[in-house]
Amino acid sequence: MTQMTEFRSPHGGPPADSQITGKAVRAGDRIFRSLTAGSSILLLVVIAGIAVFLFSRTVPALREDSVNFFTERTWFPDSSPSVFGIAALAWGTLLSSVLALLLALPIGVGIALFIAHYAPRRLATGLGYLVDLLAAVPSVVFGLWGRDFLVPQMVGISRFLGENFGWIPFFATPDSQTYTQTMLNAGVVLAVMILPIISAVCREVFLQVPQGHIEAAMALGATRWETMRMAVLPFGRSGMISAAMLGLGRALGETVAVALILATSYDISLHILEPGGNTFAANIALQYGFAQSTGIDALIASGMVLFVITLLVNMAARWVIARRAAFSGAN
Amino acid sequence: MAKRIDARDLNIYYGSFLAVESVCLSIEPRSVTALIGPSGCGKSTFLRSLNRMHEVVPGAHVDGSVELDGQDIYADDVDPVTVRRTIGMVFQRPNPFPTMSIFDNVVAGLKLQGKRPKSELNETAEGALRAANLWNEVKDRLDKPGSSLSGGQQQRLCIARAIAVRPEVLLMDEPCSALDPISTLAIEELIEDLKRDYTIVIVTHNMQQAARVSDRTAFFNLVATGKPGQLVEADRTTKIFSNPSVRATEDYVAGRFG
Amino acid sequence: MALLQINSARTSAGGATLVSRTLPRSAVPLLAVLSCGLVALLFAVAPFGGIGGYVVLSGFVFVLLQTASSFAVEGRRHALDRFASTMVYACFLIALVPLVSVVWKVLSQGSGMLDGNFLTHSMRNVGVSETGGGIYHGMIGTLLQGLITSLISIPIALLVAVYLVEYGAGRLARTVTFFVDVMTGIPSIVAGLFIYTVWILILGFGRAGFPAALALTILMVPTVVRSTEEMLKLVPNELREASYALGVPKWRTILRIVIPTALPGIITGIMLGIARVIGETAPLLLLIGGTDSINFNPFSGPQSALPILIYDQAGRPNPEAIDRAWGAALALILIVMILNLAARLVARLTRVR
Repeated sequence: MTQMTEFRSPHGGPPADSQITGKAVRAGDRIFRSLTAGSSILLLVVIAGIAVFLFSRTVPALREDSVNFFTERTWFPDSSPSVFGIAALAWGTLLSSVLALLLALPIGVGIALFIAHYAPRRLATGLGYLVDLLAAVPSVVFGLWGRDFLVPQMVGISRFLGENFGWIPFFATPDSQTYTQTMLNAGVVLAVMILPIISAVCREVFLQVPQGHIEAAMALGATRWETMRMAVLPFGRSGMISAAMLGLGRALGETVAVALILATSYDISLHILEPGGNTFAANIALQYGFAQSTGIDALIASGMVLFVITLLVNMAARWVIARRAAFSGAN
Repeated sequence: MAKRIDARDLNIYYGSFLAVESVCLSIEPRSVTALIGPSGCGKSTFLRSLNRMHEVVPGAHVDGSVELDGQDIYADDVDPVTVRRTIGMVFQRPNPFPTMSIFDNVVAGLKLQGKRPKSELNETAEGALRAANLWNEVKDRLDKPGSSLSGGQQQRLCIARAIAVRPEVLLMDEPCSALDPISTLAIEELIEDLKRDYTIVIVTHNMQQAARVSDRTAFFNLVATGKPGQLVEADRTTKIFSNPSVRATEDYVAGRFG
Repeated sequence: MALLQINSARTSAGGATLVSRTLPRSAVPLLAVLSCGLVALLFAVAPFGGIGGYVVLSGFVFVLLQTASSFAVEGRRHALDRFASTMVYACFLIALVPLVSVVWKVLSQGSGMLDGNFLTHSMRNVGVSETGGGIYHGMIGTLLQGLITSLISIPIALLVAVYLVEYGAGRLARTVTFFVDVMTGIPSIVAGLFIYTVWILILGFGRAGFPAALALTILMVPTVVRSTEEMLKLVPNELREASYALGVPKWRTILRIVIPTALPGIITGIMLGIARVIGETAPLLLLIGGTDSINFNPFSGPQSALPILIYDQAGRPNPEAIDRAWGAALALILIVMILNLAARLVARLTRVR
């Protein structure tokens, strides 16, 4: 923005409410500027603070741990000796989030295409609002709905998958065939929750495709889908990538929905149709009530790991967007 | 491979708004026909109706017919997609696909029509690029992105892309207005070459260009603001520019308005 | 010229005719009806069941039939085009299903609970398996925490946004922008853990509404910064320059001219931010303690809030508790939706043209 230069009118003078000397004006500017800059620095301090403070409790936790924090599955921090590790948590977090992403990404891209290019123009904004409303539902409500409505509804299809496709390791159910409180359930609910952000980011990019490219494809005699493939989807490629990563980041950190749905266990298993599993966030929520001092530190340590993971994923997503804005599109 | 176009009593609507009224125009094969007229007179709208591109705007439709060698492109059983394969278009702003290489841009239209052997694609691409006077400049960098060329080169790339599918007719909507004078000259020379094999219709607001490049010229005009555009006069270019029949044409050509 | 070198035996793109076969307009609905019929037959005979399965299977059969018939009549390209269009429409419908389902379920399960008693009583002295009791304490908590969060977040977010838009050109601005974006992705539980570590472990204070509000602030500030930034950028530069040309100092220009111009949009962003954070549960779990009684003091003593009320009641096995959970869920959704709709309304009515 332009730097203000001092203006002194030779006639009449400046308007009444700036009858202040040049020095005071400059002071006012300096104070205000410092205030705004200071707030910005405060934000950076908070982020750094999160890292620092979480780390400060992580160290004692790791010291207490009698086994390897990264490879141990079980969670008994308050016993002696203290035994706990994040292997199962990391696995569960990854599995549920990737599952959610696999389900939500294609559907989110489809929704974005629909609103940007397929829906009748007059309805498009309204329909976009409708999808965005999904984002307004609090996660605890999704958890409640997921547990009491979706999970029972999913038993049918879970059973179908388990009985007919059990030869695929993911769908095998050697230990339990109740088909409730499973990773698949959690994955589906997470997918519903990250759908709005994926479709919103993709929609942004698809709407920005220059009309010229679309017309060029159409003038070559392309069908609507071919136009999407030639002009829209390639243009939106980096947008789709960052949408996926933002969605992933959101799924990684989701707490109560998973806590309400998953039957917690500290196993590392491929069987998404069997009950059991755990994530960083759900573990914190569920163990918190029982934890004593080492237990709390252990939970904080796991929170630190979650923080680092989501930080990296989000940074990568934003970096992808920033890179794209720099070079492409400007034609 | 070059057909004639006959517009018969063509009225072009956007929704209920009549944009262009009652055009009857014949476009000869293997010639260049220029559409001239002041801004907003409907010449671009008319051009776009020749390959059904104006239908991209929701609610746009026509009354009347446009015949390609006798076949009405607006018949009920005709698919706009097929029409656009047959009647190609080059736009005002060069629009090569930015995520595709130069080679991929040229063969983009071909690839839509089905799998072809690599050798055929290479041959067609070279032919189209040569025909567009671009081959020598890009033959060593066919895999570079289409957007890495200059404006004039990009436009010639778009022309190559359009003719690679061997259309019957080539429509050009102010193809040089976004280019510098040297690129403009290159494209005008290109049009001279292309007219031997294609029917070309070019919209231009540059009268000197129309006089240089075209065999026949059609003058469009608005009767008054808010009224639909009309075809005022269409004749051989030499006649339009030296001795037009209608007063309005003479005024426009002489620069008295527009 | 060069074109004649191309093998002229290859036919031109136009070929012989422009006319191509297309599926009649009535084909699509007919196929839809056919699919539903076929699957209904299947369900009558085979041991499948459930309306969900019926809908999905009918959808499958419809897509199959449509693609096959289009392929036969119209050719590969158009069959693919129809398939893609159907898929895209299907994606949108799939998105609507959970939305409608959640709203429906919450309304049907919760509306029975929302009466005067429910809204004005707390859970004090009400056992888990008893009926009665209410969410008043939760609503008070949510309200107070939301208020504190707003009071802290709004000034900070405004100042940061002003810095980024009006002053920011150097490295600090670029770093802050980047990290504000990153902050929008911080998991709510991590924010809760951070405040827990500082407030409870290090400072030794107890659980209360205030630290929870602090955690919510961490979540709210980045979103409000972003939306405020967008609004400030929309204010045309000419307005600022006109003000400078009159001798008005920069800081006054911002306060008196830029912010008021962008204010409606800023308000919208703030309301959306509040709507988002009052629905968060995770930080509350760690920080507010949860209680059955009403507590008007956010600074001392555990407080309740709607989200953890829902979570707590939902976790009990008793149907009475589950009912209360749905009632509270309805109340929370109503508040969030009203805030959302009001925010959009403010945006629409005061659009910067």
